[in-house]
Amino acid sequence: MAEFQHSVSLDAQKCIGCTSCLRQCPTEAIRVRDGHAVIRSELCIDCGRCVRVCQHKAKRAVFDSLSDIDPKYKWRIALPAPALYGQFDELADIGELLQGLLELGFDDVYEVARSAEIISECTRRYMRKPNILKPVISSACPAIVRLIRIRFPELCDHVLPILPPVEYASRAAKASALQKYPTLMPEEICTVFISPCPAKTSYAKNGLSQTKSSIDYVISISDVYKQLSGKFGKGREFTMRSKAGIAGVKWASSGGEVEGLYLDRYLAADDMDNAIQVLDAIENGKLPALEFVELNACPGGCVGGAATVENPYIARSRLLSFRRGLPNYRNYLHLEDKEPDYIPPDAMVDNPIKDYVPPERFSEDRFEAMRMMAQMDEIYERLPQIDCGSCGAPTCRTFAEDVVKGECRMEDCIVLLKRHLQAQKEGAEK
Amino acid sequence: MSALHFHFEIDGMDFSSAGDASVAVKKKLRQLGFPSDVIRRCSIAMYEGEINMVIHADGGTADVMVYPDKVVMVLEDHGPGIPDVELAMKEGYSTSTEQIRNMGFGAGMGLPNMKRYTDSLEIETQVGVGTKLTMVVSV
Repeated sequence: MAEFQHSVSLDAQKCIGCTSCLRQCPTEAIRVRDGHAVIRSELCIDCGRCVRVCQHKAKRAVFDSLSDIDPKYKWRIALPAPALYGQFDELADIGELLQGLLELGFDDVYEVARSAEIISECTRRYMRKPNILKPVISSACPAIVRLIRIRFPELCDHVLPILPPVEYASRAAKASALQKYPTLMPEEICTVFISPCPAKTSYAKNGLSQTKSSIDYVISISDVYKQLSGKFGKGREFTMRSKAGIAGVKWASSGGEVEGLYLDRYLAADDMDNAIQVLDAIENGKLPALEFVELNACPGGCVGGAATVENPYIARSRLLSFRRGLPNYRNYLHLEDKEPDYIPPDAMVDNPIKDYVPPERFSEDRFEAMRMMAQMDEIYERLPQIDCGSCGAPTCRTFAEDVVKGECRMEDCIVLLKRHLQAQKEGAEK
Repeated sequence: MSALHFHFEIDGMDFSSAGDASVAVKKKLRQLGFPSDVIRRCSIAMYEGEINMVIHADGGTADVMVYPDKVVMVLEDHGPGIPDVELAMKEGYSTSTEQIRNMGFGAGMGLPNMKRYTDSLEIETQVGVGTKLTMVVSV
């Protein structure tokens, strides 16, 4: 499998090697080496928490910009995430925002919220299937899906085998453009996702398992915000109308997806620590009664993504204010003549996640791994166990691992070094 | 090769930390490269054992010995002991209080799950003295 392309990067000029991101990384993927943060590719899930907590703006989410779009594309379709709708204070109608996107140079707009409604419908059908593993875990947050792959491989079979809304939206947008404009060639059409987070950029770059994503570019919500902010609510004319219902728009915040499933026993958790606790509980069989679990890596859901502008709770409140006048659903598959658990094949993930390589594994040889762990425990006992982070590892335990792996030396622990120097000084004085 | 030995103290007063040892063991086994089904079985058995010790025995200790081909988990407490082991092994049988059940525990699946997910489960128990469980999960 090709190397995973990440979408979180570091501006080494700005990074002063502090411990903010080091301590916050949920997979302990960050080390500070030679005064700068270094991300371990195999452990990074692109959740973007380091981007959010960096006080020096050194951690960056990597996005495309509008000028990156290849001129060979004659038809550029914007795919706005519903979280975008909650960013603008003065926005009274989603249609005005969609019009704004056209003015930025897009030829058409296809709302991800529309596909979210379709995915909800497919999920309701999936939940009727007999013999599925429960709880079913949402596939919408790519950081969560990657976390499951890395850390909870036994739960891979619980992940909903249905496309995330943005992927379905990209495919549907291209198909409908071809239908509407028969002179267009498929290679002349591109989709540009307007994303709340870096994890979705990684998804677009890497796809799921072996399946390539159909999304061509990903630009950030904050980028679009900069260009559109202040333009709304001035009585301008707009002809664009939102084609999504409130159920699709609600996907932007935590709990929005499960609400559309009409289930009795579900759970929605957001923020990485909560998500990890829930996954641990599912793995231990602690939540047997649940039917569906929605997990979002960001606080508040997608509205809390590292590439958004507004506070997630304010954004959510604005999303709810659009509720007025909007029907719940506006997008349907019209499958009345099909079995109640029929799902159109084009909504299914064609290659379920299977390729598991344990990235935390010390060594391929179990004897060697055991020897390393014994040595690690021995080193840990000698460490101060205060998790200060000065050595560049998030905890004393991870430092012990790094020493055993030969990535750093005992002397890198400044607390031990200080004790050592103190002892030497006292020895000399005596 | 001698086993790796991990020792955990299970705090009897604290429901919120019940499961911590299970999570810690899971991480160690991942780092050692054990197959994921072995990790899951150990984690479930450990978790059930921890919860049992918190509910019934005011805590105790867990010792986990990891061999290249098997994981041995020994859980020991000084709780009330199990008067009728056969009955306690029955699915759904529980002596937990209403309060505990309201917290979502005490469904009577603890020991049955431990048996189900391990290759062997040995119970040494004496009423009024305590209980020692030895569970083995083989690779």
